[in-house]
Amino acid sequence: MKLTVWTYEGPPHVGAMRVATGMKKLHYVLHAPQGDTYADLLFTMIERRDHRPPVTYTTFQARDLGADTAGLFKKACQDAYDRFQPEAIIVGASCTAELIQDDPGGLAETMGLPIPVIPLELPSYQRKENFGADETFFQLVKHLAKPQAKTERVSCNIIGPTALGFRHRDDVAEITNLLFELGIEVNVTAPMGATPSDIAQMGKAHFNVLLYPETGETAARYCEKEFDQPYTKIVPIGAGATHDFITEVRALSGSTAPLDSQALRQTWWSRSVDSTYLTGKRVFIFGDGTHVKAAARIARDEMGFEVAGLGCYNREYARDIRTIAKEFGVEALITDDYLLVEKTIEALQPEMILGTQMERHIGKRLGIPCAVISAPVHVQDFPARYSPQMGFEGANVIFDTWIHPLVMGLEEHLLHMFREDFEFNDAAGPSHHGGHQPSGTASVQVPAAQEQSLALSTGGDVAIWLAEAERELKKIPFFVRGKARRNTETYATSQGLSEISVDTLYEAKAFYAR
Amino acid sequence: MPPPPATGCRTAPVLKQRGQREVFCGLTGIIWLHRKIQDAFFLVVGSRTCAHLLQSAAGVMIFAEPRFGTAILEEADLAGLKDAQAELDRTVEELLARRPDIRQLFLVGSCPSEVIKLDLNRAAERLTQTYAPRVRVLEYSGSGIETTFTQGEDACLAAMVPVLPSTDARELIVVGALPDVVEDQMVALLTDLGIGPLRILPARTIEDEIAVGPNTVFALTQPFLGDTHAALIRRGARHIAAPFPFGEEGTTAWLSAIAEEFNIPRALFDRVTEAPRRRARQAISQAAVPLNDKSVFFFPDSQLEIPLARFLTRECGMTALEVGSPYIHDALHGPDLDLLPKGPQISEGQDVDLQLDRCRAAHPDLTVCGLGLANPLEADGFATKWAIELVFTPVHFYEQAGDLAALFARPLRRKSILKVAAE
Repeated sequence: MKLTVWTYEGPPHVGAMRVATGMKKLHYVLHAPQGDTYADLLFTMIERRDHRPPVTYTTFQARDLGADTAGLFKKACQDAYDRFQPEAIIVGASCTAELIQDDPGGLAETMGLPIPVIPLELPSYQRKENFGADETFFQLVKHLAKPQAKTERVSCNIIGPTALGFRHRDDVAEITNLLFELGIEVNVTAPMGATPSDIAQMGKAHFNVLLYPETGETAARYCEKEFDQPYTKIVPIGAGATHDFITEVRALSGSTAPLDSQALRQTWWSRSVDSTYLTGKRVFIFGDGTHVKAAARIARDEMGFEVAGLGCYNREYARDIRTIAKEFGVEALITDDYLLVEKTIEALQPEMILGTQMERHIGKRLGIPCAVISAPVHVQDFPARYSPQMGFEGANVIFDTWIHPLVMGLEEHLLHMFREDFEFNDAAGPSHHGGHQPSGTASVQVPAAQEQSLALSTGGDVAIWLAEAERELKKIPFFVRGKARRNTETYATSQGLSEISVDTLYEAKAFYAR
Repeated sequence: MPPPPATGCRTAPVLKQRGQREVFCGLTGIIWLHRKIQDAFFLVVGSRTCAHLLQSAAGVMIFAEPRFGTAILEEADLAGLKDAQAELDRTVEELLARRPDIRQLFLVGSCPSEVIKLDLNRAAERLTQTYAPRVRVLEYSGSGIETTFTQGEDACLAAMVPVLPSTDARELIVVGALPDVVEDQMVALLTDLGIGPLRILPARTIEDEIAVGPNTVFALTQPFLGDTHAALIRRGARHIAAPFPFGEEGTTAWLSAIAEEFNIPRALFDRVTEAPRRRARQAISQAAVPLNDKSVFFFPDSQLEIPLARFLTRECGMTALEVGSPYIHDALHGPDLDLLPKGPQISEGQDVDLQLDRCRAAHPDLTVCGLGLANPLEADGFATKWAIELVFTPVHFYEQAGDLAALFARPLRRKSILKVAAE
């Protein structure tokens, strides 16, 4: 037994649902107790789907257990076929049905339905959601796809996007456009948007573009072996990775079509002087293996951050992440325990977190800015606007997304530093609303009072500012003055100085230079 | 207020169907129970699915160090490689070491733990002995194979009844977890009526615990407390049957049933209830404007459907087309069924595809349903009110009557405001 409050991944049958819900004309008959339908609302609410997931649950109850759960399953299967007329059915068991040992695959097979019925073996007590999606898609390809003559024009399949995938909708659009510009036709995109008959056509493509290894790698390997379709190994998240991906695709397709990278603004944004303050910002990166790998490269090579730590929750990618961590000279954190993630973040004290919605909450608790780079995510990360992570536009989106919390972080820092300032404090409200006018006269007294108390308290740990040093301090730009004062006092205390002279001020400045 | 119906729905034929049910399991009850019982921890013994359900249903609450968690069964637990009872002891020890403030621990059974017949009852007894007197350990099942949504609260409260101390005192117990603000209003009303001593189940902490005996009478504030009702009767207590306190009429009828039991003079009753009744009527009449002459269709969810349909038809001018409930219990739902105007199809249980067919054919103005159905129905042009909100929001008694009507009116108001259609 393992005590758990938060899980990064759902059970494997939720992964199978992600495949089924992403597809069309496929139905999933799930042997499951009443209540397991909760998973429907992940799709109808978080992803805001306008139709019910194509899943029929047998909803067995306690009184059925002694009797005929197998009969219940067969009836559900028949009803689903009659009502929805799918091109294929996948059948499987949820965690409870796995224990009662009806064999959904065997049962469905004896029914003689006139469509392919594909049994799924998803070990609920060992594996998780991503495995469920990957395995389900692999079984679909294995059962439905056959070797075929390749298309006349160079074409590829796009593999891996599913329902409830982080930005899968827009990534597919972005990469489809990119391939179009390279003169490559997309044969089938699967599972998202595909029907079982589309899957049957997958063999026609010359190669496969694997967008999400977590949900498509097993199928991509199978296609490589059976249909002689090589697949792309680079996931095009970030400007550098997108360029490498293009090189890889050119090699696989022979395409020499020119590409217009005008729309890639991220690289200039990152070089512009506004971004200088990003240099060396310490970031901690956590999420699924693929997004962490991509984010680490962007953080270091394209944003100029320092990667202070990284890790992933899906053990399937532990080896990859350990390799990356070694390259970055940090410790890899492979865990699905958010308390351990929180502890690590606390110990590392990064200036920014890139993670999942869990890390967003950890960030909030610890007061560290955070941007979301990976599933699991909540409803706000299924946005209405176009916001891919992949390709050139994806790089733009990532730049904006990562920077926003930091700019806000800086604002908050300034607010904090000047919280006693008469016209720039929390109570004053935004200046462009003139909100500070009435309260201004009242709070103008506060800094004076503050000075007073500082002067009074100088008897203890805090050294006394000599008049000359105090004057020098006032020459320092107002927005760093507070920091300078604090640093100087800390330095003076650590040196055992009771008075602060101009020299002390500059000694301290040199000491804290970075 | 419309005149009372010539005949109610108590004897109306009930459509009973079995098939796919689109409902939560009883584990969901933990999400509001752990807020209510402040020194309790709810430990689900189940699978990753259970943990995932709780986190999906609890939303942002999961990040606030909640007092619930899941002991996820692993391969070794199932294969008998590890002694499940020893594993449970270890998990509980780990948990109580981390949360020393916990006084009551509920071991909550799930589908997997029920199917493998993990004896949580024995575990609870053993752990109670281990941690007495600091911590009391109880057990109930919130599994989907046995419980639907709000029945989880019923199972939890029913598990508390047998261990309540005995008393011969004539006391009133009000049963059902209510938001604190509503509970306080209720206590004030009953106190003003001179009714007491008044006890509440569930109590906020183990210290406030109540006693029960042959002179106890009890009233229910929630219609899903069938097992707790039975458990209290087994302890010798007597139930005061009444409609549930939704809307002005429901609240008055509920208070009046209790007042009658305690022989409260009519004049006092009128004096105490007059002002809040007037406020409630006024608030409803304003909030319910969009509901007038509209039809409503209830999918089964929480067992609140029958009393809510009664409120909407009698106080908001709606017509009920179908009132679906996961379970109908005559002793509990009867008084509300008596008041529900004849006409709607009453249904118990569910075959969701067939019920969706009926709903589409009936074309209601408002459909009350779960979150798995709401957006798909909206996309088809149906206005929906998602039902779970009715369990989480303060809706009982006089002061919330206007809010209750507004919850149903909002989707219709919104539909009339939005000018740009989807396509």
